[in-house]
Amino acid sequence: MDTQSETVIEFSQVVKTFGQWEKQHTVLDHATFGIPTGKTTVIAGGSGQGKSVILKLILGLLQPDSGSIHVGNKDITQLSYQELQQVRMSFGVLFQGAALFDSLTVFENIALPLKERTKLSTVQIKEKVLATLDQLELNGHEDKFPAQLSGGMKKRVGLARALQLDPDIVLFDEPTTGLDPVMTQEIYELFSSTHKRLGYTAVIVSHDIPKVFDLADQIILLNKGEIDIFQDPGDIVHSQKNAIREFAQKTLGL
Amino acid sequence: MCNFFGSLGNRCIYVLCDLGRMGIFLFYSLTGIFKRPFRGQELLKQLRFIGAGSLTVIFFTALSSGMVLGLQGYYSLSKFGAEGMLGSAVSLTLIMELGPVLTALMVTGRAGSAMCAELGIMRISEQVDALECMAIDPFRFLISPKVLATIIALPLLTAIFDVVGIWGGYLAGVKLMGVNGGAYFSGMVRSVTDHDINLGMTKSFVFALLVAWVCCGRGYFVQQIRGAGFGAESVSKVTTQAVVISSISVLIFDYLLTAVLL
Repeated sequence: MDTQSETVIEFSQVVKTFGQWEKQHTVLDHATFGIPTGKTTVIAGGSGQGKSVILKLILGLLQPDSGSIHVGNKDITQLSYQELQQVRMSFGVLFQGAALFDSLTVFENIALPLKERTKLSTVQIKEKVLATLDQLELNGHEDKFPAQLSGGMKKRVGLARALQLDPDIVLFDEPTTGLDPVMTQEIYELFSSTHKRLGYTAVIVSHDIPKVFDLADQIILLNKGEIDIFQDPGDIVHSQKNAIREFAQKTLGL
Repeated sequence: MCNFFGSLGNRCIYVLCDLGRMGIFLFYSLTGIFKRPFRGQELLKQLRFIGAGSLTVIFFTALSSGMVLGLQGYYSLSKFGAEGMLGSAVSLTLIMELGPVLTALMVTGRAGSAMCAELGIMRISEQVDALECMAIDPFRFLISPKVLATIIALPLLTAIFDVVGIWGGYLAGVKLMGVNGGAYFSGMVRSVTDHDINLGMTKSFVFALLVAWVCCGRGYFVQQIRGAGFGAESVSKVTTQAVVISSISVLIFDYLLTAVLL
């Protein structure tokens, strides 16, 4: 398979450990996989198995102990801070807790990337932000502060902010954690509609299994340092890796 | 024995890493001041918080210090019949020593702790990560305006402290104890030189850099500080640590600067 032409993110023999000496814990052990362009990849696994670590490695917020991570044709482990900033321009990120700026209003939060990273005029920024607020049904909330919003609304504002610069790749870190089933469904529908409309490459880290598998074109499962890749949730049971089969039995009853 | 040396070495590595981290932090904080686009509005907001917001506490600290100096100075000098030297004693003590030091300590307690807690909370709630993911330099955006505002505000607050303190000394010495007003001010004019004022202002500039560096740095690295714990607890512990380290640094540098520049 010609992975270079089909994948936008490529992990090659990536090792990441935390702690020192006897307390050392290997989260990724020679992980090798690719994220296909324009598709949705779901990364699932138990707590503490390294799902969020993969996102932080993709963003360059963490450095691997060894191995390479290519975003496009650049190995981000070898880039300077300035070059990494350029790569980050192609990302949008929805954080687990939305990571909205507490001291800014909803409008200011969504407008921030436009204000800082583009040369749009104040009027153009206002138009674009109001259009996004309209699309995400956040009209009338633009003057509220994050502390005045519900969990679901915070996620929607976070998604609006992540999509402002029309990113090629959008990373979702536990997008439905802490939300009730109705709100969870709403977030999934919002994801599907924006993904269909904008065609970005999506990486979703979640432990909302098996529901999140409905969105996936590719599933990456992590358990006890082992990693396996599937195109179909039904294939998980046929995994050659014991830790993955064990995880599937526990969580999916397969 | 092996464990002892192991933990000692571990501790040394941690301290060196921490110093290195803080050194790089200072470099990026200072270079961030000159990066475009400038955050003029944020700078004004921080100046208002650190500078104008500290005026009340600076006023009362200065008034109290000046009045105490006036009373104690009068008590000591009157033993030698040298009450006329009260203006010199009060003004030199305030301009060279108490003004810069007490202003720095007050600003550390009021604004330094707030800056540390704000950055710590932004760090643990992933707001700093969010900035980096949007390719926005957190130094230029968040930290440099705070550092620059402290560097601008602290010498100005020190100047206000000096003036209010001297006025406090006048109230206690002249109005309460009956020292001659002309002698109070003429003694001050005769004894205070440009060098004394420069020494006080140099001190306050260095203290401003120390306070902003330590308080912002501890908040920014809240998750990497050993023994601080996690979440809200880590922010509270690191904020306390920042205030303690800043205050001690101010006092140590006060002696060093006095020894070098006097």
